[in-house]
Amino acid sequence: MFDAHPRFPELPNAPGVGYKPQHFQNIMEDAGSVEWFEVHAENYMGAGGRPHAQMRMLSEKFPISVHGVGLSIGGEGPLDPEHLGRLKHLCEWLQPTVFSEHLAWSSHENAFLNDLLPLPYTKDTLTRVADHIDQLQNTIGRQMMLENPSSYLAFEESTWSEPDFLREVANRSGCGLLLDVNNVFVSATNLGYDPRDYIAAYPLDKVGEIHLGGHDEDEDEHGATLLIDSHGKPVVDPVWALLDHTLALSGPRAILIEWDNDVPDWAELESEAARAANALSQVPA
Amino acid sequence: MPNTAKSFTIAGAVLAAVASQTSEADAAQQEKCYGVSMAGENHCAAGPGTTCAGSSTVDYQGNAWTLVDKGTCLEIDLPETADGSERTPSLKPLERDLPS
Amino acid sequence: MTVTQSDFRNAVLNSDLPAPSGLTDGSGQVAGKRFDVYRNNVAVSLSEALETAFPVIAKLLGEENLKGISGLFLRQSPPENPMMMHYGAAFPDFLRSFAPLAHLPYLGDVAEVEQAMRRSYHAADSSPLEADVLAHMPADQIENIKFEFAPSSEVLSSSWPIYDIWAFNMIDGAPKPRAESQDVLVTRIDFDPEPHLLPPGGAVFVSALRSHKTLGEAAETAANSDENFDLGACLTLLLSTQALTTATL
Repeated sequence: MFDAHPRFPELPNAPGVGYKPQHFQNIMEDAGSVEWFEVHAENYMGAGGRPHAQMRMLSEKFPISVHGVGLSIGGEGPLDPEHLGRLKHLCEWLQPTVFSEHLAWSSHENAFLNDLLPLPYTKDTLTRVADHIDQLQNTIGRQMMLENPSSYLAFEESTWSEPDFLREVANRSGCGLLLDVNNVFVSATNLGYDPRDYIAAYPLDKVGEIHLGGHDEDEDEHGATLLIDSHGKPVVDPVWALLDHTLALSGPRAILIEWDNDVPDWAELESEAARAANALSQVPA
Repeated sequence: MPNTAKSFTIAGAVLAAVASQTSEADAAQQEKCYGVSMAGENHCAAGPGTTCAGSSTVDYQGNAWTLVDKGTCLEIDLPETADGSERTPSLKPLERDLPS
Repeated sequence: MTVTQSDFRNAVLNSDLPAPSGLTDGSGQVAGKRFDVYRNNVAVSLSEALETAFPVIAKLLGEENLKGISGLFLRQSPPENPMMMHYGAAFPDFLRSFAPLAHLPYLGDVAEVEQAMRRSYHAADSSPLEADVLAHMPADQIENIKFEFAPSSEVLSSSWPIYDIWAFNMIDGAPKPRAESQDVLVTRIDFDPEPHLLPPGGAVFVSALRSHKTLGEAAETAANSDENFDLGACLTLLLSTQALTTATL
């Protein structure tokens, strides 16, 4: 069943960044501390042109992580077979080192809403998510990693905590996990819990990749802090501290800097990666 | 037009078009710079991408719309005609006044 | 209380609806502004997608006007799949039918040019026809040639000066649009699509070739449709823009 044969079999326990086309030339000249790149699957589902040409060249030199944002794994309905086919085709020609997706939904009744929408954590949703992951893994012939979301609200109907839910999904489907430390910080602030409790409950042995990104600060109608996972700024100090705390428990991991809005020049993005390299250098191997 | 004469005209046009290419193609080859053309995006032709990030910008309420500012539309000032209708197959200018 | 994805979706797209009940802030208070975060993410990301996809329409209308119109369009026509690179296929028709913009009847056709540019950008790669291939065809057979076009090539025909309007907004120093109907050939050399103004009869000629008429048939159809049809000019444009991939007898 597993027929993946990537050029780079593993992500290094080193910094990567979300790839932006405007950085192509800088990267080819000198990628600095950045050792791998992540791309959104859906942006490379055209038939050719510059996106494919750049990805062919980039994937010669660096491990590539393909990060899907549109499969709607948490959707109530069945997975879109056409989209599964597109993901399979992409994994075949690009042969990425890893593939990951989100614990979220985005499509319902023929509308794709271009956002990662939340789901309750119940017996039913657990079965559905595990089944969808199983279907995806069978389609693309490889294991995927599932990422924890940023939460702005909670469902009354939920009966599982998020870390327990993710652990059980991983146990049932055999998938790995992706831990977004900024998402943990955002969700913990928004829903009023200690992010270290979340990390303590998270199955770190299943984590193959860590995400970091910037967020914005707002407040809700009751004056409570409301953080928005906007990926438009540098990672804040408390999130770097939470990364150190996590790495001390997990050991070294591949760490991605996500910067999707107001994308800075290469030097500034690389300096965030250098900070992640420094955090990794403090961790005993 | 007899068939042979037509062939001759078409063949002539093809040869002229081919002849005009050689020098242009060479020039293009000389100027081609793979690195530069790979660098960025052209006129936003790449179009939108996906997002896995939230937005800190405020919502655009989608229930009402009024014209609030002016783009280049009014600078263009194409004469309005009742003739936005079907075009004829030819490329003859429509029956309109030229813009001033 | 179960929140279905239909409830969630409908409330995200319609700000007049309350947030679905059963959603809280984590400590028991009903989610209000917290639900608005999702409304906001959806509306802003799709509006920005349209602004990115239609830079000429954005300039023609002005940024604020486009945002307002996008808000209406995205709720009426949200994307049908996650291929955001192609989002907005229904936008040209929306612009044509939107009554407050009836005084700008060319907007829809200009938006079609922008859609074609994007399709071209993401189209499959191909190798251009070498002009030498034509030079070596037997002269008496040339009228029987059939061509294949690059997947990145497109032809558009309009009652409006769509090329001039595009250029006026996208190329520094381009002149004001002429009051004439124009046809556009979109092609891509390597990676960057470009629109080109087709000479008289060009759209008829190219469309005939694209539907696999012979060179002789296409030239005759075009000459009959426009007395100013210039075969040499059309072929020169097709070759120099790498619109063609193969020529066969």
